[in-house]
Order: sequence, then structure tokens, then C-alpha cells
Amino acid sequence: MSSFLRNLTPSQQVGLLFVMVFGLLIAASIWALVISLRDDGENEIRSQDIRELSSLLNTSWVMCTVFWLAWASGETVATMLFAIVAFFALREFITLSPTRHGDHRSLVLAFFVVLPVQFWLVITKRFDLVTVFIPVYVFLAIPVVSALANDPQRFLERNAKLQWGIMVCVYGISHVPALLLLGFPNYSGKNAFLVFFLVFVVQTGMLVQHLANRKWPRQATAPQVSQSFNWTSWLIGLGVGGFVGGLMSGLTPFKPAQAVAMALIACIAGSLGHLVMKALKRDRGITNWGTEGKSVTGASGLLDRVDALCFAAPVFFHSVRWYFGL
Amino acid sequence: MNLRAKAMSLFLLGLIRALTGAQARWQGCPPKAEQRIYFANHQSHADLVLMWAALPSELRSITRPIAAKDYWTKTPFKQWITTAVFNAIYVDRTKTTDQDPLEPLIDALESGDSIILFPEGTRGNQEEPQPFKSGLYNLAQKFPNVVLVPAWINNVQRVMPKGEVVPVPILCSVTFGAPLALEAGEDRGSFLARARQAVMALRDS
Repeated sequence: MSSFLRNLTPSQQVGLLFVMVFGLLIAASIWALVISLRDDGENEIRSQDIRELSSLLNTSWVMCTVFWLAWASGETVATMLFAIVAFFALREFITLSPTRHGDHRSLVLAFFVVLPVQFWLVITKRFDLVTVFIPVYVFLAIPVVSALANDPQRFLERNAKLQWGIMVCVYGISHVPALLLLGFPNYSGKNAFLVFFLVFVVQTGMLVQHLANRKWPRQATAPQVSQSFNWTSWLIGLGVGGFVGGLMSGLTPFKPAQAVAMALIACIAGSLGHLVMKALKRDRGITNWGTEGKSVTGASGLLDRVDALCFAAPVFFHSVRWYFGL
Repeated sequence: MNLRAKAMSLFLLGLIRALTGAQARWQGCPPKAEQRIYFANHQSHADLVLMWAALPSELRSITRPIAAKDYWTKTPFKQWITTAVFNAIYVDRTKTTDQDPLEPLIDALESGDSIILFPEGTRGNQEEPQPFKSGLYNLAQKFPNVVLVPAWINNVQRVMPKGEVVPVPILCSVTFGAPLALEAGEDRGSFLARARQAVMALRDS
């Protein structure tokens, strides 16, 4: 089996991975269909669970299709696809943070200059600039444009919101395609595995954390922010995420111990980032960025799905680059 | 609709959806092909465009928005887009004594079209809509069989505030409420106040 796998070309290996993922999704969708057909609608909680499951499956389909398209169409198109995701995520973020007339030019700058430039830097592999462009240069540029708008009211707050939006949505998401372009020795053509590794360990960690909390509910650590977050289930999620990362080391350029460490770093960044985003949502008085199409803004909840990844990707990218001296 | 207008309308729809989502929330009534007067709050010239984009395509072709003549005929492009793409009805905001400003609206309603009306008359920049002008009342009286649907347009003024040229991507939605009818013997003032309340009630729903 393993010699068969090793004899495949890198792109055949990645293709096989997608066949497996889509197979898994088809199986899950069939299973969800069967249980939804058997549901008689009498048990409200059960029906609710089924609805949540099918919405989760729908997002998984969309995300896997995006990843597949991204991989199949090459790195440049992949990066552009992620740029579109970042655009929609930032749109959602800004919609729910009140802005004033004075922010208009800064918003134009964020959407139509900062976002394209950041992803262009990724495409052209200027990784040093990718890491500092937003935290250093844009950090100064945005408040300058805001100050020129001549509106001092809540200046710090408004700018902080915009900076955060750019940091999470543009900076965070741009590091996912950056992984595709990272040049590991003896690993060319296989970078898609690195993205898969990151997404898979982070999502596994989050899912296990969620399930652990449902199975053994404990006192929430910060109940005002999150009813479900507690250190015990967090540690369980982390442990499983790290373990899965170790199992997947064969797919990555890492040795098993390195893979565990990288998976742990990604899981910590992702799950804590998710907690931070929950606090942001509470601050805005909402529980989800999109509340199943009911919200007045029409936000679709894209940010809910990608927030863990937004925090995990830059940290993961930097650790990999720094440790391996790339 | 000729080919150029068709292409423009597809391009505009794509652009508006990418920038704002242009989500329609049919809360008080379903989207239905009956003769209707949609009336909504007015904060930006883009309101017209958003309402147009939020309607499903079957209704879009039978619904004509009201456009302010002075603004929408300023350049040949604006004039072309309002006539060829939006199929708008121009209303003259400058008072002239010899012509009833409602006349083009009455013509459209008599020929069976639905219309989109902004009863405030001008754009407001306050949180709450300004008092409604009497046009809505006069039309309701003249056309008792036309269904009056209140609508709340959310967020558009953030997309393009007064005086800016580049729009910013922010999600917007249009909420359609339950139809309203002019009651027997109801006077102008109380009907207009009720209509304004119906629009405002959709803001937080």
C-alpha cells in the first residue's frame, strides 16, 4: 500500500486525497439525507440538530470545492480565490462594525488597495513583505487617511475596528495560499498537503473541543464571552489535533515530532482565535456573523467558518518558515 | 430591452451583489406578480438601484422605480441607464404649477405596472425617515386595488455616503413588510403616519 502511494506522482497523490475527501463528504451527505427522511419532526431538538448538521455539510461541500478548484487551477488562481474569500469575509466584518462617513476613504483603501496588494505580494512570493505589509505599513496608512477625513469622534475605536478587520480577514486568509507557494526542498508539487494539514488539524481540534464539551459539560472559563469554552475540553481538542497532526506527518515535509509541534501551534492559534472572535461578536451583540439568513444585514456567516483558520494560518506559516529557515 | 441594456443590467446586478449582497427579505408578503406600490425609506440615490436589484427578475420587469428627474438626467449615461435598464419613471422635484407631479406615476399604474416610491421625497440623513409626502395617499385613493407594500432599505447610505464616488462593499438588505390598505374614511395625515410607522417597524425585524 505505502509503496503504491510512494510510486504515484505528487499530483496523483493530491488527487487521491481529494477523491477520498469527496467520497467522505458524499457518504456523510447520504447519511444526513437518510436521517432527515426518517425524522418525523416531533422532536424539536433533534430536528434542530439535523438542520445544523446539514448546514455544516453544505459549508464543507463549498469549502472542499473551493479547495479543489484552487488546487486544480494552479497557485495563481488559487490565491485569487482566497482573495475573493477575504473580500467577502471583510465585507461581513465591516457590515457589523458601525462606520461613519469619515471612514469611507479608509474603507476604499482597505478593500481596493490593501487587499489586492497583499494577495499580489503572495502571488509574487515576496514573503518578507507579506508578513510586514499590513502590520507595519497599512497600520500607519489607515489612520492617516482617517485623520485626513477630519472626524475625531471615536477615532481610536473606529480605526481599531478597521485594522482588526484587515488583520483577521485579509492578513489571516492570505497566509493560506502563501503556504501553497512556500518552497520546501524535495517537496515541490505537494504544498497542497500542507494546506490540507493545516485545515484538517485545526478543524479536527475545533470539532473535538466542541464534542468534548457536549459530552462532558464543564463550567465555562469565560461565560460572558463563550458558554462552551473551558480549558479541559480545549486541552482534549488540542491533544487530538496534535495526535492527528503526528499521524499525518507522512503527508508533510515534517518529521513526526515536528508535525505534532506544528499541529499543536496551529490548534492553539486557531482555537484561541475563535474565542477572540466570539468576544468580538458579543461586543457587537450578535451570536453569529450570519444568523441563518435572518439577520438584517444578510451576512452569510462566512466569517464563522473561517475565523479559526484566519488566526492559525499566519502563526503556522511563520513558525514553519522560521523553523525551517525558508 | 436591447442587448446593451441587457448586458448593462447583468453587469450591474453582478456588481451590486458583490458589493452589497442585495438581499431581499420577504417578511410580510411573498414576492408575487400582482400590481403593487412599494414604498421605502430614502437615504441615498443608490436606494433605487438596490431595490431594483433586490426584486426577483420576474418582478423586476414589471416594476418601475421613481427617479428624481434633476439627478438622473444630469448626464447622458445616467439618463440612458434609468430609461433603458431601470425603466424608471421621472418625477420633477421642482414645483411647476401647470402639471401634476404625480401624472407620470398615474400613467404607469393605469397601464398595469407596479412602482417603487420613496414617499419622503428627498434623501434624509437622519436615523428615522422624514414625514411622508401626500403622493402615496393620493395614489392609494385613486388606485384602491393596487397593493401597498412597505419596505425598509438597510445600510445603503454606508455603501456610498453623500459626496463620495467610490462605493464600499457593505452588506445591504431590503425588508418587505405586510401590505397596507387605505381604510374607509381615513384622513391623509393619519394614513401617512401609519405608512411611515409600517416602514420604520421593519427596521429591527
